Amino acid sequence: MKATVQFFFLAWWVVWTVIQMFVMNYYGISFRESWMDASVTSSLMVGAGYLMIKIVGYFRPSAKNALIILIEAAALTAMCGLASSWILKSIPSSLEYTSWFELTFPVRMVFIWLMIVIAGIDGWLFSYMKEQQQNEHRTKETEKLMREAELTNLQRQLQPHFLFNSLNSISALTVAQPEQARKMIEQLSDFLRGTVKKENNQFTTLRHELHHLQLYLDIEKVRFGHRLSTAIEADNAALEMKLPSLLLQPVLENAIKFGLYDTVGNVVIRLVAKPDNNNLLLEIKNPFDADTAAPKTGTGFGLQSVQKRLSLLFFRNDLLSTEKKENIFITHIKVPQL
Amino acid sequence: MKVVIVDDEPLARGIVKEYLKSFSNLNLVAECGDGFEGVKMIVQHQPDLIFLDVQMPKITGFEMLELIDNPPQVIFTTAFDEYAMKAFEAHAIDYLLKPFSKERFDKAVSKVLGQQPKIPIALTEETASPESSQRIVVKKGQNIVVLPVQKIHYFEAFDDYVKIFTADGFFLKKKTMSFFEKTLDALQFVRVHRSYILNLQELTRIEPLEKDNHVALLKSGVRMPLSQAGYVKLKSVLGI
Repeated sequence: MKATVQFFFLAWWVVWTVIQMFVMNYYGISFRESWMDASVTSSLMVGAGYLMIKIVGYFRPSAKNALIILIEAAALTAMCGLASSWILKSIPSSLEYTSWFELTFPVRMVFIWLMIVIAGIDGWLFSYMKEQQQNEHRTKETEKLMREAELTNLQRQLQPHFLFNSLNSISALTVAQPEQARKMIEQLSDFLRGTVKKENNQFTTLRHELHHLQLYLDIEKVRFGHRLSTAIEADNAALEMKLPSLLLQPVLENAIKFGLYDTVGNVVIRLVAKPDNNNLLLEIKNPFDADTAAPKTGTGFGLQSVQKRLSLLFFRNDLLSTEKKENIFITHIKVPQL
Repeated sequence: MKVVIVDDEPLARGIVKEYLKSFSNLNLVAECGDGFEGVKMIVQHQPDLIFLDVQMPKITGFEMLELIDNPPQVIFTTAFDEYAMKAFEAHAIDYLLKPFSKERFDKAVSKVLGQQPKIPIALTEETASPESSQRIVVKKGQNIVVLPVQKIHYFEAFDDYVKIFTADGFFLKKKTMSFFEKTLDALQFVRVHRSYILNLQELTRIEPLEKDNHVALLKSGVRMPLSQAGYVKLKSVLGI
């Protein structure tokens, strides 16, 4: 970047010097005087241009105050004019050249002014673009951080209801069935450990996810064993497919809650997993009461958070859908394999 | 003193049963797994005290209480529940947050035993669970019916009761008109008269009557009088 800038000023200097020398030669000025004049003028002009770019970079005027660039350029041009006439007049030279210098002085000033204005505009655009880039970078960075925070937040959502009710069941078991109470503490610990150690939104295999899910289901069965049973069918190929870790637990929780609180009989929760091309297809079924269920059925917090997580991870909104068939509520989830 | 436990988790009922053993004057007469059974048992045994869970199949503990004419004293037993918490504060004898200790349980029971005049539990808008904007639980003879609010045509005041009209006739509920006015979705159910709340989905026409009076025509053919204030409110909700 730095080298490019230097090259730009050098090229500007060379090109301008050569052009001016040619023009002066054409009008019959000697080579020595042409060279002297051209190099001094170019140096001053490039120097002023450099200053101009710096000034604009530090105090970039708003688009409304762009006129300031013209005025600043005019001030620099005046300084160039004074300096060049002082330097060139102090060097002994022919009468021919001196009169030519006097004659072309206004034209030179206009040229130099234009060049500095162009440099100023360039500098203005450059610093503007740099700022835009920085802004964009910052925005992207913020978005990324927010996304990550949101994902961890969604993932960590553990229903306090579940936790307190499980503890209550353990409390009930301790006197009558201490063995059973100990087993449930172990299950609950394993389950909790599984939910807290998962960080950075890792992906996991379905096999692993189902293992974690089983801990959850076992606990729920202690609480509702008299009414609740589960059936899990997973294709062998599906078992090795990947999905965001802890994705299924809120879906199952939602299904169990609906099944248990929306009906009074026995409840079977089914989970079917199978591969489809490059996707893992999951289907969760639970009974519900079509007559009394609120119309908003299925957009409970559990499913919303799952949908949000999927769309944050895959940038797609069509990965979770729900369906009602008679008295069965079905949640479909599609997980693309990356 | 007769006691009934209503909770959908057998283990949770077990803990209450166990704690009750130390009170020889408390006699457990029934334990129920849901609100339907609860209503039946409470009507049958007329207990003095019930231990009641909130989240239960089909109907909540609050909805169950609404179905009982003279509800007994209530101690709620529930896990963390932000809605229930609000409701408890003013109305129940006590509430036990699961899991609760024997000491905490004893304290709750001693409140019941030591209480002089019985304070009836007050079910108001504040005890309305989030479900009450979606459904209403009513009793018809021996049956308990859960009515989704979409199926309700209109409400009519009837002494201390409210008549709830649906395609299958009407149901009686001991509540005030203002209770329904406050808990139901105000964009769907409009109080069009001192004695009527109308489901807008049922409205087909508004006809002028003599002077400034108007009458609403319902899909079912019912002609419902509109009060002047009700007519103004109806127009503003409909955006005309």
